[in-house]
Amino acid sequence: MDFSLTPEHEMVVRMVRDFAEKEVAPYVKEYDRAHKPFVRAVERMAELGILGICIPVRYGGQGMDYISLGLACEELERVDTFLRVVMSVHIGLNSLGLLQWGTEEQKRKYLIPQARGERWAAFGLTEPGAGSDVAALAATARREGDVYILNGEKMWISMASLAHNFLVFARTDPKAPPHQGISAFIVEREMKGVTTGDIHGKLGVRAGSTGWIAMNDVEVPAENRLGEEGEGFKIAMSCLDNGRYTIGAGATGLIRACLEASVKYAHERRTFGRPIAEHQLVQQMIARMRRDYEIGRLLYLRAGWLKNQGIRNTWQTSLAKWFATEASFAAASDAVQIHGAYGYSDEYDVERFLRNAKGACIYEGTSQIHELIQAQYVLGYREDRPLRCELPAYDPEEWQREA
Amino acid sequence: MRIVVCTKQTPDSAAKLTVDAAGNVSWGDSPIVINPWDEYAVEEALLIKDRLGGNATVTVISMGPEAALEALKHAIAMGADEGIRIWDPAFEGSDTLATSYVLAKAIEKLGDVGLVLFGKSAIDSQTGQVPVEVARYLGFSPLTYVIKIAELDPAGKSITVERLLEQGRQVVKAPLPAVVGTIKGINEPRYPSFMGIRKATRAQYPVWSAADIGADPAKVGAAGSGVRWTRIFPPPAREGKAEIIQAETVEETVRILVDKLMAEKVI
Repeated sequence: MDFSLTPEHEMVVRMVRDFAEKEVAPYVKEYDRAHKPFVRAVERMAELGILGICIPVRYGGQGMDYISLGLACEELERVDTFLRVVMSVHIGLNSLGLLQWGTEEQKRKYLIPQARGERWAAFGLTEPGAGSDVAALAATARREGDVYILNGEKMWISMASLAHNFLVFARTDPKAPPHQGISAFIVEREMKGVTTGDIHGKLGVRAGSTGWIAMNDVEVPAENRLGEEGEGFKIAMSCLDNGRYTIGAGATGLIRACLEASVKYAHERRTFGRPIAEHQLVQQMIARMRRDYEIGRLLYLRAGWLKNQGIRNTWQTSLAKWFATEASFAAASDAVQIHGAYGYSDEYDVERFLRNAKGACIYEGTSQIHELIQAQYVLGYREDRPLRCELPAYDPEEWQREA
Repeated sequence: MRIVVCTKQTPDSAAKLTVDAAGNVSWGDSPIVINPWDEYAVEEALLIKDRLGGNATVTVISMGPEAALEALKHAIAMGADEGIRIWDPAFEGSDTLATSYVLAKAIEKLGDVGLVLFGKSAIDSQTGQVPVEVARYLGFSPLTYVIKIAELDPAGKSITVERLLEQGRQVVKAPLPAVVGTIKGINEPRYPSFMGIRKATRAQYPVWSAADIGADPAKVGAAGSGVRWTRIFPPPAREGKAEIIQAETVEETVRILVDKLMAEKVI
């Protein structure tokens, strides 16, 4: 057993932290206040290779491992949740899905520009009437010769108005049992009949884009179908294994942000003639943040390690996501409490942390869904079956091969 | 042409400095990083290499124990070609003069050096003496506080730089080889690339000893140092009190602030 990070990991952490602290932290509050997507930050993530961090070099990526992906997400969400959301949809839900399920042609055509950060990617699963209940999705894909005709609406889609490529799920067989009639498609923004927009009035993640995708008779070439017809549900679930990993890691970073802000403020603020850090009930909140940060970190790093080994990690990733997102909301709430009235205003970052923390308790499996998943595994109601395509284990030589 | 960047490791700038009663200085468990000013020197070396169309090698050297590797690794991850650590137990206790002697001997050993770049100073000791001392040892042109390298002509063996002084900018032309002390603002240092990070963690970092560079034992370490530390103590904590100006309007607040600043002769 070895709990240490490699020197490579440590340098990745420092590099991503420097970027987030220098180029995002000083400005993100203004974007958040203005409900304006911080596009320049995403462009910089593309330029620095962060958008392709764990994709093999020959597919346009940087060839680092899955643990590096998690570490980067922790550093990014420590500064603002929207940065990690970009990672979740662009890499976790989309690019890793292409790496796992795509044909060589699909990887060349779509994964390479995504990993290089030239085309940004999003994930279209949720609909106005289908969230946790994925099998209820209503979007349709009708085969007509060499194309599929897609119709339907996707909702609560991160990066909806910014992404170039979407991985969209639609029902190809209306007669099949709900889980079996779904297929996955790579849809480009430029395809006729695709329109997108942002949702306004969100509680948090206001420096990012969250919106909808409407598809009106969109002709998608048959070669853009990811996986086989009817394989969509399995593909979606495997993509979630990666998206949830980035969320767990990111939420861990958010706990750290709350802890750091609280420690600093607790030393500075004085009440009853002493720094509030010396009050035991403040110490209790800080102790809980430390506990949850350490647990969250161990959980996501284990999930990352399993991914590196090529071992299925559905329940471990679910646990990491469930725990860290709930704990980050609690940490943010306590951080506001420690900051008192100042924490209630946007003069300090902690109110933004609190607003940003809630979303992740809802998307990619609500906390309740994850609670059920955990029980079902333990009780033997649920087990992993081998997939036709598994997420490839991390092999440094293979990942860093040029061609 | 070989471009040498001299760098050192320092505690992170967020580190808390403590000095105990016996005068021992501690940075706590602060992470060790490349001296932040040196990143400008590394960046400038990489920009020059690009400008010369790759007809240059960027060699990063550091005198220091094992921890100095952090500075070398960071520079390689940014894109430098090679890193060499110079260390010998005999170097322990070197002041800036002894350090400069060691660096100069190492630069002599490298050979074909056209340019030696430094950061402004090290954020721990803040002397800023080493660049000029190295230039003196080597007989190179010393150019400090450089905000811009305006011209570099390796064939004609000349360099023109702009120095940022309190009085303004000074343009200086000097023969190569030269020692250039860079300052903040000369460029915007790049982040290490992921490719660079992999290279840095796998690179070999040769260690040159006193014998390897042909250093005279009398000129290194405590024996070769002129500085004697008679007493080490923490600087007194900064005293002051904050005053919140509360007026009806922003204009009124500013007026009160300006009056106070003028009364205190700040402006």
